[in-house]
Amino acid sequence: MKIIDKKIIAPNVHEMTLAAPGIAEKARAGQFAIAIPNRFSERTPLTLADWDAGKGEVSVVFLEIGDATRDLAALTTGDEMYSFTGPLGQPFDIDKFGKVGLVGGCYGIGGILPAARAMQAAGNEVVAFSEARSSFLLYWNDKLEEAAHDVRYSTSDGSLGRKGHAHDLLAENLEEGEHFDRILAIGCTFMMYRIAQVTRPYQIKTVVSMNPIMIDGTGMCGACRLSIGGKTKFACVDGPHFDGHEVDWDVVLARRKAYLEEEIVAKER
Amino acid sequence: MAKIIPTKTPMREQPAAQRVRNFDEVPHGYSLEEAVQEAKRCLQCKKPFCVEGCPVGIDIPSFITYIKEKKLREGIDRIKETNILPAICGRVCPQEEQCEKRCILGKKHQPVAIGRLERFLADWERNEGKAELPVVAKKTGKRVAVVGAGPAGITVAADLVKQGHEIDVFEALHEPGGVLVYGIPEFRLPKDIVFTEIDFLKKLGVRIHLDTVIGMITSLDELLEEFDAVFIGTGAGLPWFMGLSGENLNGVYSANEYLTRANLMKAYLFPKYKTPITVGKRVATIGGGNVAMDCARSALRLGAEESILIYRRAREQMPAREEEIHHAEEEGIQFNLLTNPIAYHGDGRGWLKNIECIRMELGEADESGRRRPVPVDGSNFMIPADVLVVAIGNSPNPLIPNTTPDIATTRWRTIETDPETGRTSKRGVFAGGDVATGAATVIQAMGAGKIAARGIQAYLETGEW
Ligand SMILES: Cc1cc2nc3c(=O)[nH]c(=O)nc-3n(C[C@H](O)[C@H](O)[C@H](O)COP(=O)(O)OP(=O)(O)OC[C@H]3O[C@@H](n4cnc5c(N)ncnc54)[C@H](O)[C@@H]3O)c2cc1C
Repeated sequence: MKIIDKKIIAPNVHEMTLAAPGIAEKARAGQFAIAIPNRFSERTPLTLADWDAGKGEVSVVFLEIGDATRDLAALTTGDEMYSFTGPLGQPFDIDKFGKVGLVGGCYGIGGILPAARAMQAAGNEVVAFSEARSSFLLYWNDKLEEAAHDVRYSTSDGSLGRKGHAHDLLAENLEEGEHFDRILAIGCTFMMYRIAQVTRPYQIKTVVSMNPIMIDGTGMCGACRLSIGGKTKFACVDGPHFDGHEVDWDVVLARRKAYLEEEIVAKER
Repeated sequence: MAKIIPTKTPMREQPAAQRVRNFDEVPHGYSLEEAVQEAKRCLQCKKPFCVEGCPVGIDIPSFITYIKEKKLREGIDRIKETNILPAICGRVCPQEEQCEKRCILGKKHQPVAIGRLERFLADWERNEGKAELPVVAKKTGKRVAVVGAGPAGITVAADLVKQGHEIDVFEALHEPGGVLVYGIPEFRLPKDIVFTEIDFLKKLGVRIHLDTVIGMITSLDELLEEFDAVFIGTGAGLPWFMGLSGENLNGVYSANEYLTRANLMKAYLFPKYKTPITVGKRVATIGGGNVAMDCARSALRLGAEESILIYRRAREQMPAREEEIHHAEEEGIQFNLLTNPIAYHGDGRGWLKNIECIRMELGEADESGRRRPVPVDGSNFMIPADVLVVAIGNSPNPLIPNTTPDIATTRWRTIETDPETGRTSKRGVFAGGDVATGAATVIQAMGAGKIAARGIQAYLETGEW
């Protein structure tokens, strides 16, 4: 699959656009693809962040953090992606809910863009929350501002929007009496966990986009199992979206424990 | 009449101590002399029961005669009339329950080593490097879509392309072959063999589309708009777990994940290939089938110090092939029979540390006639392990039934098919293999493929459903 365009949109954040007409035609907000950058690489799930059925193109956004994403980042405009499979997973449940809050962090800022468009098209009032450590790490502000009615930024260093995290900002908005009918969150596990904690007392349905380790992504290997409301579910075919209040976060965080501390450290720095 | 040699001509193999540290194939295969010697053991029965025991009905006595006469080309051509994957079946078929079980010689002595002879011919052809292309019928203009490139799908594709139809195979993964590439390990079935067979299919004109998940990028109904018939051979799906506490600890794998990492993603060649696998010092595998044997044997080869098998019944009741059990024993796998896990305990940091087990004893026979294992009260004990592989089976692949509401499934979520024709409840759609029968064998999947190919051929000719 040909890479039509590849660019760095923030430090360490890459946007890649591929010629994938079949996927572009079928993609719906919340679905993902699995990429293998070269013959030796891992299968890597990536949320579909944007697509154009007319041009037959799809875009993904990823952070260069490990081996797999380093291999992805090494590819450039004009290169061939070894393998790219999608769309996979269930799309977001899109309906007219009323007022919808979409929370995106790291790769999830790209991930909430299609949801913003679909939710707006379905007649919702859409508020996007975009978070990063600093303003220069935010991306797609213009795209989000076009797709949502309101975009609220938060940065750890306070360089744009509220100082702190998206969950701090959302908590504040809720305390002030703002009402949301539904929240969707895409990003790192810890961010989604915090968002689910914030909305729980208000009983706002909160959909989180889980990103466990996956291998095949087609309902075969079972690596991506999660405990949801006491039942075992598989993120690749049952998800990746689940009710954040039903996710057994202890298990998820324990399974990610090896990486969690680094994630927090990286975010707080 | 020559004197009957009571035992099979032995096959040379890698010594256990050496092979547990590599992924090379274990048995070496027969030389021409050995094959001829073994072929001479065949009694050439008038009414060959062995053929009846073969799910695809290979003309066994006839290919064995060709070996005896050293007419290897004729021999392999004879097999290929009915079986397009002899190099694979010769290695992984449970011959002891099929052709060889019915061999007359086997009543008193060891049966003829039919599987080894089949393998011999297939290997000869591959090493000669010139597999002959069968005659393909005149183009019919009909198009058939095959979903899934496992043994069932490959068989349908091969049989129908020979009839002159245009065949497109759609495969979800980045390599064709199904379980043959993602499940069965290299040391039992070298992947080059699978790729040679797939190449053969391509030479016959079959188009294979990888990275294509039917039900997601294209629905079954969309396929039916473009194709005259569709075959579903999507195989096995999500693994079963026992629902024990601690199942989500780090270090706990399903067999599918463990084997997919090791085989398809080549974790055994890490770090050249980048997919990691937790090697572990003590690896435990739960189950008693072929899949469990493959996991337990892979663990040693990946570098584990000890590999432990936990199975709730007795050795005689293990569903794995005798040959696999034997190889596993030779390699030093520790068998904990009549033992069942009841909980997994972590090290307090999210990793597996101990498997709590209970001893079992055999009680009354159940409906299947097997004596049911019952737990012995108070016999709990711990087996320390840092990696655990759960190999207790899986459900059928859910994607097509989930995205095709009008296709009938059984209560086990397998796709309902007519055993005579492979037809499903949906017009123009056929199915076979593990997705229709639940986990079975390569040759049964191929047998189902053959039946469906005939069913499709009849449907294409008559248009009647
Ligand atoms: C570890 C292991 C060891 C085994 N050992 C033996 C043995 O020694 N002898 C033996 O006879 N049998 C053995 N078996 C069983 C045997 O491999 C299976 O019965 C056989 O492969 C089933 O063939 P199939 O064609 O039905 O499905 P599969 O081989 O499972 O192939 C199905 C294919 O369909 C693809 N697919 C699934 N969904 C879709 C979709 N929606 N769109 C497109 N493609 C899709 C899958 O990716 C897969 O490639 C073993 C199985 C395992 C797991």
